[in-house]
Amino acid sequence: MRMTDSARPSDGFDVAYVARLARLHLEENERAQLQGQLEQILSYVDALKEADVSGLAPMIQAVETENVLRSDEVSPGVDREAALANAPEHRLGLFIVPRILE
Amino acid sequence: MAALTELTVSEAVRVLSEGGTTSTSLLEALLQRIDQHDGAIHAYVSIDREDAMRQAEAADARRKRGESAPLLGVPIAVKDLFNVKGQPCTCGSRMLEGYIAPFDATVITRLREAGAVIVGRLNMDEFAMGSSTENSAWGPSRNPWNTDCVPGGSSGGNAAAVAADIAFASLGTDTGGSVRQPASFCGCVGLKPTYGRISRYGVVAYASSLDQVGPVTKDVRDTALLMNVMSGLDLRDSTSLNVPTPDFTTALGRDLRGLRLGLPSEYFGAGLDPEVERAVRAATDVCRSLGAEIVSVSLPQTKFAIPTYYVIATAEASANLARFDGIRYGARVKADSPLELYEQTRARGFGSEVKRRIILGTYVLSSGYYDAYYLRAQKVRRWIRAGFDDAFRSCDALLTPTAPTPAFRFGEKSADPLQMYLSDIFTATVNLAGGCALSVPCGFSATGMPIGMQVIGPALAEETLLRVGHAYEQATDWHLRRPQLKASV
Repeated sequence: MRMTDSARPSDGFDVAYVARLARLHLEENERAQLQGQLEQILSYVDALKEADVSGLAPMIQAVETENVLRSDEVSPGVDREAALANAPEHRLGLFIVPRILE
Repeated sequence: MAALTELTVSEAVRVLSEGGTTSTSLLEALLQRIDQHDGAIHAYVSIDREDAMRQAEAADARRKRGESAPLLGVPIAVKDLFNVKGQPCTCGSRMLEGYIAPFDATVITRLREAGAVIVGRLNMDEFAMGSSTENSAWGPSRNPWNTDCVPGGSSGGNAAAVAADIAFASLGTDTGGSVRQPASFCGCVGLKPTYGRISRYGVVAYASSLDQVGPVTKDVRDTALLMNVMSGLDLRDSTSLNVPTPDFTTALGRDLRGLRLGLPSEYFGAGLDPEVERAVRAATDVCRSLGAEIVSVSLPQTKFAIPTYYVIATAEASANLARFDGIRYGARVKADSPLELYEQTRARGFGSEVKRRIILGTYVLSSGYYDAYYLRAQKVRRWIRAGFDDAFRSCDALLTPTAPTPAFRFGEKSADPLQMYLSDIFTATVNLAGGCALSVPCGFSATGMPIGMQVIGPALAEETLLRVGHAYEQATDWHLRRPQLKASV
């Protein structure tokens, strides 16, 4: 698929650019409102820059545990009919999507 | 005897086992009270009465055959983000309108095995993002103590239902306070267990490094009973902990001698409502009179908690909610290209708070900003954790307010997202630090709104929390008070 993202802005928060990354269409009025609200939230979040994080490793889980492997055995899961039942469109056991190749 | 719907879970279990009632009678009484009062409260978003009645009849049949199980025949309601096979699971969102869960979440399976009757699904802020239920696509729930006030959120339907005696107990989730804050606002007991204590398989994810399932109940004993049933390793959730599940009820009925409880000074400072402060300080005096030693501690990282929380939670949310793309389930806006389909489906399916958090989360993960926001927040998170570790070297648990204010009014904070976020200030830190925390009722404001005290412990210290909460509850009667409801027609 061709990337249609506009060029990344050099600085600051550009709600239209971020919305494109998030695959989220915003109406003009939403864009204006979110731009203001998120600038305010980001200036509050900027307090993080005052914290001294030197020597700290990122904490990625609430309770840090070792990675666990399971044996690679087939076990029952949600069956195909049940999985397809919620699809907006399906045919021949497949999810139907718009044409993806030009 | 009190009305059936006023029973706690433990009382209902006893009455059932003595033959004083049946599961179908309990369910009928409950459904009748829901009909009387849920019009005004709007705690439930869906109830399948026939399905619930079939479960109740099956429970009665099991009991007749001489079987027993910890919750046999007791109706339990769940937040609308647990997959319950054959039932809707909307997460308070138009995105999942019409979705029917194809399987049971592990906690639902465990509740069923314990004999519980899964009775209905409770309202919530969309995708668990919010502190008031004002973000539900199906309209807000109302606080039974004053229907002009919010019930809290995101598990607001849970707390409103339990407070109004239109649920015996309920299952919620807590990412930054979503079980404890509504419990506090509605005068219920709410527990956020240790991350990994309860399986999240089949629970729709918001922020995966923070989310945890937790009960909202009428008293501490019921919380212990539900924890006994729900806890334990599940191979379908790779984050579930491989630790033994104790009998949590053995923590009940003990005094507090030998326990040291810390008051973090940062939790009693500016921004705390004076009535909340008075109630929590009075509650700490009760704990002292029960034998606990009260000490002062400091959590100097507290001011960084909300900025850290909103970076990490929104980043994880933006990734988790990428799955709602209009392809495999949920809403779809038809379009000529996949990109347009995604963008339009998500535009129509998500409400404004969810969009706000997806945008913020996408931004803090985006190229050029990842290090400054997301990575930095993860490092600050470790520092916040270190602060709690320090505090727990001088005490067994912390006593704090659950929320800085009693329940606020509709509209009071909804126009200002940042003000809404700050209502999580005392709760979100616990999710970040990896501890567990319990909210118990500890008083009322002058206007009659409930106030909650939070007991915070380190990872896997739920028994300490339950011991403190139960001893406090036995010495007070806040948890026995009930709101005066006006029946709606």
